[in-house]
Amino acid sequence: MKMKAVNNRSDQNVRMVLVVLASSTALLLAMIIAFLFGESWPLFAHIWNDGQWGDLLQNNGWYPLEGHFGMMPMILSSLAVTVGALVVALPLGLGSAIFLQFYATPVLAKGFGTLLNLLAGIPSVVFGLWGLTRLVPMIAQWQPPGASLLAAVLVLSLMILPTIALTSSAALSGVPSDITAGGKALGLRRMTRIVHISLPAARSGIISGALLATARALGETMAVLMVAGNVVQNPSGLFEPVRVLTANIALEMAYAMDVHRASLFASGLLLTALVWFLSWGAHRMTKSQVKEHSHG
Amino acid sequence: MADRLFAWSMSTCAFLVVLSLLWVLGDVVTEGLPHISWTFLFSAPENAGRAGGIAPILVSTFWILLIALVVALPIGLSVAVWLSEFAPVNSRFANNTGIVLDILAGVPSIVYGLFGNAFFSIYLGMGFSLLSGGLTLACMILPIFVRTCESGLRAVNNDWRRGALSLGMTKSAAIWHIILPGARPALVAGLILGLGRATAETAALLYTSGYVDRMPGSLLDSGRALSVHIYDLSMNVTGGDTAAYASALVLVILIMTLSILAQGMVDRWFKRRLVVS
Repeated sequence: MKMKAVNNRSDQNVRMVLVVLASSTALLLAMIIAFLFGESWPLFAHIWNDGQWGDLLQNNGWYPLEGHFGMMPMILSSLAVTVGALVVALPLGLGSAIFLQFYATPVLAKGFGTLLNLLAGIPSVVFGLWGLTRLVPMIAQWQPPGASLLAAVLVLSLMILPTIALTSSAALSGVPSDITAGGKALGLRRMTRIVHISLPAARSGIISGALLATARALGETMAVLMVAGNVVQNPSGLFEPVRVLTANIALEMAYAMDVHRASLFASGLLLTALVWFLSWGAHRMTKSQVKEHSHG
Repeated sequence: MADRLFAWSMSTCAFLVVLSLLWVLGDVVTEGLPHISWTFLFSAPENAGRAGGIAPILVSTFWILLIALVVALPIGLSVAVWLSEFAPVNSRFANNTGIVLDILAGVPSIVYGLFGNAFFSIYLGMGFSLLSGGLTLACMILPIFVRTCESGLRAVNNDWRRGALSLGMTKSAAIWHIILPGARPALVAGLILGLGRATAETAALLYTSGYVDRMPGSLLDSGRALSVHIYDLSMNVTGGDTAAYASALVLVILIMTLSILAQGMVDRWFKRRLVVS
């Protein structure tokens, strides 16, 4: 709620200063986009001169020193790792959220919630370290070389599990109690109430949480870089090493020059666009849920 | 029967999640704990970090965090105050600012690293330095800090605003003396949240604050943050795993302390609000 205040000069001054500072956030975004575009411009110019736009997205290979910038294998690897992590983490996270909301005793729920909150804060580099020294040797014993798509998927799914569990459980707890009470009054079993009433009612919240987790998985650098093996190739099997877009930036920025450097900024731009698209989807989801509730 | 099976499988999910995450945490503690000592915390790394300690790295981490906070705090707080107190309801500019903040919050950290490298390190000529790393992190934690503070400010009871208005206080005085103190725990929580995120960050710092592991002489000196140290030890130094685990334990303890503090703040605040209203 807003209230009209007494008009006052010092208020006006404060307001002006705050407006300027608020617009500085927009300036920051504009600068990030401008610098990404500016730095990746040499690549676009290079491709324009060669007249081979398709090269960027084709499988001509990633040989930056020879002027071949085929990003497709890395884009595919990024998508494969992200989808894989989601496939592993979504059922487990949703299951934990249901347990947290419907089955856990209050004490257990509080402990579990606190634990998830703590684990959501573990740095990605620590997950990477653990994956590198525990998971990769374990996979290597079974299917060498160990550093692989599978390792990246498992480490990433561990990382996004707390996020999915926490957002889903928040969405489930936001379901109005009269709906579930109605189910109870009809004599439905607990499982039926959860699967057919609570989950559909919390659907948009759960999906938006999953989309945010996807964005996080797609943008994650360190954990994947440390366990994925970093060979540029199309992801052909679970045990093959892959290199994702983010890891490529982190690996090659150290020595990249000119067009090569520009290609890394271009991949950053692509990554940002993908992640924004996902956040936008999540935003739309939450908005539609608010609308549903206000009508219901 | 089906009901019981369902309950059982949901509990198994939760159990698996807890177990696997505790496995990670347990490994970090058991591998790291034996290596941690006063000398580890207070001496310089030797032999590329295999031996020695992490003192210069802790100092660099501290400086980077301090710079990020000093820059992000005033700007973030001002933007939050404007969004919750001054911006007219449904104004286009306020809505757009919110959208911009959400977009900024979604930008991957490695992209912040690219931006920081291009803008702070090269365009502004700061090179690989604590300053450019800190400023990059400030950009990164700004959106999350603004959002937490804004929701905290919005949650302040409207009666307080009415009371201030009826006493003839100007809006700026009401904000300074009543609303900000009322929202203080939320502000602290936002601060600690941002701090935790900044402490955990690695990718944004690789190409802004650099790798150098000696004691930083000035803010324009390159310095290695704790998370970068862990990355370097595990990837580029053979036989650095024990030291990496010990550093990881230090990092995890640091972040957990911060997040427990934030959680406590939020809890206490909600209790107090219940009493007041």
